[in-house]
Amino acid sequence: MTVPHLEARGISKHFGSLKALDDVSLEVAPGTFHALLGENGAGKSTIVKCLMGFYHADAGEIYIDGALTPIASPQEARHLGLGMVFQHFTLIPAMTVAENLVLARPGLPLVIDWKAETKQLEAFLDRAPFRVDLRARVDTLSAGQKQKIEILKELYLRTRLLILDEPTSVLTRDEADEVLGYIRGLVNEGKLSVLLITHKFREVMAYCDQVTLLRRGRFAGAGKTADLDPSRMAEMMMGEARVQNESMRPKAAPGPSVLRIEDLHARGDNGLEALHGVNLTVRAGEIVGIAGVSGNGQRELVEVIAGQRGADSGRIGVKGEDHRPTRAMLRKHQFYTLPEEPLKNAAVARMSVAENMAFGVFDEPPFQRWGFLLDRAAITQLGRDLIARFSVRPPLPDAPIGELSGGNVQRAILARELSNGQVRVLVAANPCFGLDFKAVDSIHELLVETRNQGAAVLLVSEDLDELLMLADRIVVMTGGAIVLETTPEDADPAAIGRHMAGHH
Amino acid sequence: MQTQPEGLGAWGIAVALAGGAMRGSIPYMFVSLGECLTEKSGKINLGMEGVLLMGAMTAFAVSDITGSPWLGVMAAAAVGMLLGALHAWLTQQPAVNDVAAGIAMIVFGSGLAFFFGKRFVAPMAPQLPLLDFGGWSRVPAIQSALRISPLFFVGIAAAFLLHWIFTRTSWGLKVRAAGDDTQAARALGINVNAVRFIAITIGGGLAAAGGAHLTLYFPGIWSEGISGGQGLMAVALVIFAKWSPRRCLAAALLFGGAQALGPSLQSLGVNGYYHLFNASPYLLTLGVMIATCTPHRRLAGMPGALGKK
Repeated sequence: MTVPHLEARGISKHFGSLKALDDVSLEVAPGTFHALLGENGAGKSTIVKCLMGFYHADAGEIYIDGALTPIASPQEARHLGLGMVFQHFTLIPAMTVAENLVLARPGLPLVIDWKAETKQLEAFLDRAPFRVDLRARVDTLSAGQKQKIEILKELYLRTRLLILDEPTSVLTRDEADEVLGYIRGLVNEGKLSVLLITHKFREVMAYCDQVTLLRRGRFAGAGKTADLDPSRMAEMMMGEARVQNESMRPKAAPGPSVLRIEDLHARGDNGLEALHGVNLTVRAGEIVGIAGVSGNGQRELVEVIAGQRGADSGRIGVKGEDHRPTRAMLRKHQFYTLPEEPLKNAAVARMSVAENMAFGVFDEPPFQRWGFLLDRAAITQLGRDLIARFSVRPPLPDAPIGELSGGNVQRAILARELSNGQVRVLVAANPCFGLDFKAVDSIHELLVETRNQGAAVLLVSEDLDELLMLADRIVVMTGGAIVLETTPEDADPAAIGRHMAGHH
Repeated sequence: MQTQPEGLGAWGIAVALAGGAMRGSIPYMFVSLGECLTEKSGKINLGMEGVLLMGAMTAFAVSDITGSPWLGVMAAAAVGMLLGALHAWLTQQPAVNDVAAGIAMIVFGSGLAFFFGKRFVAPMAPQLPLLDFGGWSRVPAIQSALRISPLFFVGIAAAFLLHWIFTRTSWGLKVRAAGDDTQAARALGINVNAVRFIAITIGGGLAAAGGAHLTLYFPGIWSEGISGGQGLMAVALVIFAKWSPRRCLAAALLFGGAQALGPSLQSLGVNGYYHLFNASPYLLTLGVMIATCTPHRRLAGMPGALGKK
């Protein structure tokens, strides 16, 4: 099968009253590495799902090699040589690599001849650049290995136009370069065209030939990457130039140590030890960033700190005193947490924004009278004040918090945690995950402001660039332990990447 | 039927237990295999108690009417498949919860069985022929222990067949995919609902076939209390067996043996604590539940999408 020439003209798609795509065109010529850029909600996923036959466009046409070709189902897309690697893994965790690859193969007979299938797979893998163990169970593999298997799966299925939906979001920089470099090689050999959905300008500049930009469901520009630079692309994506905030550095030197974690051991969901003796100190007026690929114990660490997971041993102290996540202690130590996915971990989705914002204070006056009676008017007023102070949209204190967008949930919960004004410790985990640039900037400003007011801030992030920008010290967490400590000034991205990947 | 195994001494209890395990394990075997198939596809069918009772009643009624116990077993399986299909259809409705639907199915299945079984409470239906493996021995206890129901071997075969299906057939892989990660399975183009519907339906059929053993084996009568919660315990047993058909087999034998403890001790003349020994399968279930439940980790082998739409 040859590499198809794909052309989408004037695609529109709406969901209810929301216009997700409005007259968007896109062309991927054979043998090109094409980037699709846009902020969250710009319609990137919607258009590729139209191309893959998951959605049916309301208007517009798809041409393959110049011929009008409606794509009604994912099966038809596959038939045309189109394949997609999703943001979320589509491997079955409890199965082996071989079972996953075989299961994806079309025309699999009812009774599987494992000898023949294994032989075929081994022959295929001999030509692949990655080593994978066919007998390994997928849930024992790292995110990077899974991503490689997803891509191998597409190649095994003879995909000629590969759509990648943010494939590197779970990879270290080295792993991303390995995967994208391999795909670039296949494109150069003329075996493949690629449509890459990404947020990362670095990847666009390093690997892509062409770029199409979307903004709020509309076409915002296209061109050769050689003719563009990141600031020009950011401008097209955002409609305004994105300013890098240089005032993020602290004015004062950090104070005495506030948060101290000593030899912390805890088990993960699978019952195996996920934290192998974590030691960490955060001083007043300092942001300490924890870098690492997800799944290396960061989530468990934050859960232990937040009291959502029990520790097996070790100690968490604030200003020399033992800290336990009881309401009394949290108040005493002015200890606040913004866990990842706050809608799931720090909010009750069906309760109102105001109620969620009052979780820290509802049991004290003036929100509670005579020790048992809630003053709903006071709670709503608190919600109204915090919504105004932290610009939560829409400004409705009585709306269920689950109806807010990701960025606004994030801001609402951060508002609750920072509302007291006096913060001694703030722990934030991936606070900007999945947010658009504007929301990211506002969260960053709040974190920096909190630090500047003298709080000890522990920031866990999978985004190294974010840590390099915000943190005063960076530690790398791999395999449940801190393996490297550095500062943004001395940071060597290659060394950090090596430690994140566990090669140190 | 109960023979005094005098002269066998300590061996007496072992022989009686082994025989009891082979008899008593059959309903556990069938129900746990049916539940194993159901749960591997990602759905829970707590209604197996009702399915088991309907199977027992149907097998008895059909055997009584037609005179053919094997026809009874097949009719039981057919009725079980209908109940399984009903559960599958119910639990695939948007707002229906597996556990709630399963509890409703217990009440529905047992109510139905009691209603239709009323007129069959008195008589005795033709029983399944037993296979005699004890001819070589002159000890009555051994002869009686080795008089084995053919369903025992059908159950063993079903366990190995299920294992083969899960690892060696594309449908088996699809069942496991649907049960482990619904979204990934959908992305692979698997019709999750269809796969689950078939798995739950066959699972119900298997469980109901096990019910036939309750009424078509000694003493061969139908009564409303005949299952004694074995359908529910078999569901717990699947957890104990870590969702593996072959381990279901071993676990069923263990539960069957525990059930035989009271009667075998009694046959040895130990009459004290009879009811306590009879409670051993229930205690075992409780023990298994406590041993396997831990707040620290997900159960090993548990299908990742169990109970999810």
